[in-house]
Amino acid sequence: MRRMPPATAPTATRTPRRHLAVAAGILAFATASALTGCASTGASSAASSTGRADVAPTTVTVFAAASLTEAFDTLAAQFEAEHPNVDVVLSYGGSAALAQQVVEGAPVDVFASAAEPPMQAVADAGLAVDPVVFATNTLELAVPAGNPAGITGLDDLANPDLRIALCDPSVPCGAASAELLARQGVGAAPDTLESDVKAVLTKVSLGEVDAALVYRTDVPAAGGEVEGIEVPGAASVVNRYPIAALSEADDAAAADDFVAFVTGPTGREVLADAGFGAP
Amino acid sequence: MAGRLSWPVAVAAGIALAVLVLPPAALVLRAPWADLPELLARESVIQALVLSFATATLATAICLVLGVPLAALLARAADWPTLPRRVLRAAVTVPLVLPPVVGGIAMLLLLGRRGPIGRLLEEWFGVTVPFTTGAVVLAQVFVSLPFLVFAVEGALRSADRRTELAAATLGASRWQVFRFVTLPLVAPGVAAGAVLCFTRALGEFGATITFAGSLPGVTRTLPIASYLAMQSDPDEAIALALLLLAVSVIVLLGLRDRWLPGVRA
Repeated sequence: MRRMPPATAPTATRTPRRHLAVAAGILAFATASALTGCASTGASSAASSTGRADVAPTTVTVFAAASLTEAFDTLAAQFEAEHPNVDVVLSYGGSAALAQQVVEGAPVDVFASAAEPPMQAVADAGLAVDPVVFATNTLELAVPAGNPAGITGLDDLANPDLRIALCDPSVPCGAASAELLARQGVGAAPDTLESDVKAVLTKVSLGEVDAALVYRTDVPAAGGEVEGIEVPGAASVVNRYPIAALSEADDAAAADDFVAFVTGPTGREVLADAGFGAP
Repeated sequence: MAGRLSWPVAVAAGIALAVLVLPPAALVLRAPWADLPELLARESVIQALVLSFATATLATAICLVLGVPLAALLARAADWPTLPRRVLRAAVTVPLVLPPVVGGIAMLLLLGRRGPIGRLLEEWFGVTVPFTTGAVVLAQVFVSLPFLVFAVEGALRSADRRTELAAATLGASRWQVFRFVTLPLVAPGVAAGAVLCFTRALGEFGATITFAGSLPGVTRTLPIASYLAMQSDPDEAIALALLLLAVSVIVLLGLRDRWLPGVRA
């Protein structure tokens, strides 16, 4: 894939040329592996011949929706335990922003989105190989531990005196929130529209807002600092999470393995433990 | 001069210039020029524009009122013992080198509902700071104040002390010396600092989104609107980015010759 030319090399002055050459080499290697996410066979097997000489080490870079953070951390650790030669690098964020980065050429091997539209954008760019839905999620009210504002239901979100955080409608959790609120006829009075669900959750766990709409899986993920309140109608607004290996993956086999792992029995189990629904 | 640079220096300088100039150039090239009038006339864009200008102007005014005295203190500190002098200088420098998001987290912990000051504000006055336009201004002041302070401090240090002494011997009070002698002397530095301060405040993102959140018309400034638009409507994001770029360039070009340090006639 793309590699940066060693742009620093021509700047070398006469005396410390050797040091600079070494530094440029290290820099070129570091940027190449960081940018492509690929510890490509030749260079790295020479550098890290520390056992496991049977299989060449490889890296799978995964972009995943922020709401998948805990589940994918667990899954990646288990996958690495089963595939000792594979290093899984995870990056979490708002699905829409991640999709945009993939389309703009971020060196990613696997993309897991919190809804279908961001995945569709990646597929439209010809980059996603056969996305499959691997989990579902619904919304829940989140309040700081102890529920200091005495929130009881969705209607409280319309109270302008309360501090309310929602996801921005341009990201999946925000789209789902807007749909749920519209279906329940609640005109919410948010104080902030955040760019991903974890940012919303942080505002709740810090106690800076009285209530927020998050995925039900986010509530246990926040530990004891956040309480969840189930809301009527939530079951009717279901986010479907697709995952796909990307066509420009450096190591297509490893990327496919990871997708199979997430969609397979272990993946189901870990995701179910985290509160995700089956597809 | 041009012939004097050895080629490695010239090449490095060229690369450096390319690093600085190419990204904004790409923005200009990719801009949806034909749709620009429509994009910039959108209510969401105008809302963000008005909010950004209002908050950055207010933040600059606050920086002027608070920053000039701090610069005077910093210039005075040249005579202080080493340790307190360094501590003071570090305190003013920290917001410059700190990632703005860290500044935002810190402000949230101080002024948030559960923060030591935020809690008192809510108890005594019923005021909560985060998620308000005031929080946007505070975040901007936090990140842009050092720009003003250092610009003014530089001017103060290079100002001729003897004119101040002369004024004092002629019977001017300390305030009169500061107001009628020192301030006019350092006016170019103050103006340069205010310009940098304003452009930095206008571009502030990390501390704002962390501390003030993002609500259209209240806390969603141009950079935040641009960032969010990038996820749903890249053309609008590029239009917003172009707007920010244009404002910064116009402000810097317009004032450079007269006020920026190093090019004083």
